[in-house]
Amino acid sequence: MKGILRIAYKLLVNDKGKFAALLVGITFAVFLMVMMTSMFAGILHRSSSTVINIGAKIWVMDPAVNTPASSIPMPDYVLDAVRSINGVKYAVPLYSGGAQVKLRSGVYQAVTVLGLDDASLFGRPALLEGNIENIYAENGFIVVKDTEFPKLENPRLGTEFELNDHRGVVVGIAQVTTGGLFGIPTLYTTYNRAIQYIPNPRFTDSYILVEPKSSDAVPYIKQQVKALGYEALTKDEFIQKISNFYKYKTGVGTNVLLMTIISFIVGLSISGQTFYTFILENLDKFGALKAIGAKGRVLIYMILFQATFTALTGYGLGVGLASFIIAMAKLRLPSYAAKITFMNLGFAFVMVIIIAGISSYIGVRKVLKIEPFDIFRG
Amino acid sequence: MADLAVKATELVKWFGEGDAKTFAVRGVSFDAFFGEMLYIEGPSGSGKTTLLSVISGILRPNSGRVLVEDTDIWNLTSDQIADFRLNKVGFVFQDYHLFPRLTTVENVAIPLIMKKLDWNESINMAMDYLDIVGIKDRANLPPVKLSGGEQQRVAIARAIASRPDILIFDEPTASLDGDTGRRIVDFVKRNILTEKRCIIMVTHDSRIFEYADRIMKMEDGRIIGVEKGGLREE
Repeated sequence: MKGILRIAYKLLVNDKGKFAALLVGITFAVFLMVMMTSMFAGILHRSSSTVINIGAKIWVMDPAVNTPASSIPMPDYVLDAVRSINGVKYAVPLYSGGAQVKLRSGVYQAVTVLGLDDASLFGRPALLEGNIENIYAENGFIVVKDTEFPKLENPRLGTEFELNDHRGVVVGIAQVTTGGLFGIPTLYTTYNRAIQYIPNPRFTDSYILVEPKSSDAVPYIKQQVKALGYEALTKDEFIQKISNFYKYKTGVGTNVLLMTIISFIVGLSISGQTFYTFILENLDKFGALKAIGAKGRVLIYMILFQATFTALTGYGLGVGLASFIIAMAKLRLPSYAAKITFMNLGFAFVMVIIIAGISSYIGVRKVLKIEPFDIFRG
Repeated sequence: MADLAVKATELVKWFGEGDAKTFAVRGVSFDAFFGEMLYIEGPSGSGKTTLLSVISGILRPNSGRVLVEDTDIWNLTSDQIADFRLNKVGFVFQDYHLFPRLTTVENVAIPLIMKKLDWNESINMAMDYLDIVGIKDRANLPPVKLSGGEQQRVAIARAIASRPDILIFDEPTASLDGDTGRRIVDFVKRNILTEKRCIIMVTHDSRIFEYADRIMKMEDGRIIGVEKGGLREE
């Protein structure tokens, strides 16, 4: 079989024009599919940045919350009630809100302020510069050094700014795992300072972060929180909820899905048609092979091999091109939200296999129908 | 008397059904022998190509038998018939049907590769066959770079590569000029035909009749006569 596949390989790649057209079709389709799904994965990943960066195992929130930024403050008694649930090791409040800071240049810049529990500083970021204890110092804020950092005019330790007519001082520069989605810099401070500096509604607990005593306690905690009229989600569940919101309630998911389907159809059309033309042009040769003594299954192997080889080569090129473009884009735009995941690659791979399958099915049907007698008849 | 290579008995083949039913072969019986070059000659539509297809295991007859070395080929399964064609029959098509994307030697090696011989071994053997047909020096060229006569030789080399007992030629001189056509058939008669091989050739090129041992004339799906041919001695 190796020899006949080598013949199939030579028939394919020696027809340089057709082979190039096939590769372009599949590469283009894979490139578009990987780009679209990677951008979507990047958006989803960044939309959960607060959840990832804070790292709490359980988040308690109002059931209507869809994203970390759209928190609905809860009354203080919820914190007390959560703390009293069996299985809760500890529970702390988290403030999450938006504000405008006035920079030294006089420019206003929107920021996200995260207020950490004063006692535990649970969810604090890793510091690149400064000391975490300085967060307790007068007007102390920690700035996250992510892709939005330059928007705060690249502050250093001691840099001052105004926040709602309050003085703020940078006492630490931190790094986080994931940058945010909306291009807004993030400041960390204590919970009490956050609610003091930023005008707030009646309630101020955006989230309650819970550390369970064990993972076995999680279902019970969720049940008890639900009984209070609130929702307790594990970190992964919250990320999934955010993801579902963007997928199904914003139109982003639909658009990405549509673009991915269009990419698939474009790839299928180009490669399917080109492969069909390739088969048509070689139909008499396949007929001659049949006449010489090739069995139907040998011809099927040849066509499947040609389609699979083209698909895999195009897949590799498409993934490589998408990776290159994303890497280049990230060099130029550090906040560019695109992330190639194994799921994206797997999805594109499945789509490419479907393209190869459909293309080869058309070819196989045609080749199996050709009668060697037609070769004699001319 | 030489050994019997092909024995066709009461072959009938029609196409279409009902009013569209057309008989291409009507009760044809004949014998072909090893060491013989048998021509099937007749006007267009007389059923020569259909008959050739039936006896070479390509087209199933509606009735009748084809015995090749005592095997009724139309009692074989489709896989067995494919093996029969690969091992027992060599085809030289009218339009050659060479693969333009393969080199000449790779074209010749195809039947050997289909017989699951190693690639290098197949190529080496194919070179020997190209040597036999006198175009070894063209081995690495694609067929499109060869003249019509050379392409015909490549097709012959491919046909004999699997060492078939029966060689089928379909209008071998149709695409060639008179001299080249005669030279090719002369070459076949002198170098390819052996006592253990039977060559059956469909043609209506009267310029090569002299190379036939027998000429079977067909008309309207029937054999209307068999003539003796004769090799022209130069």
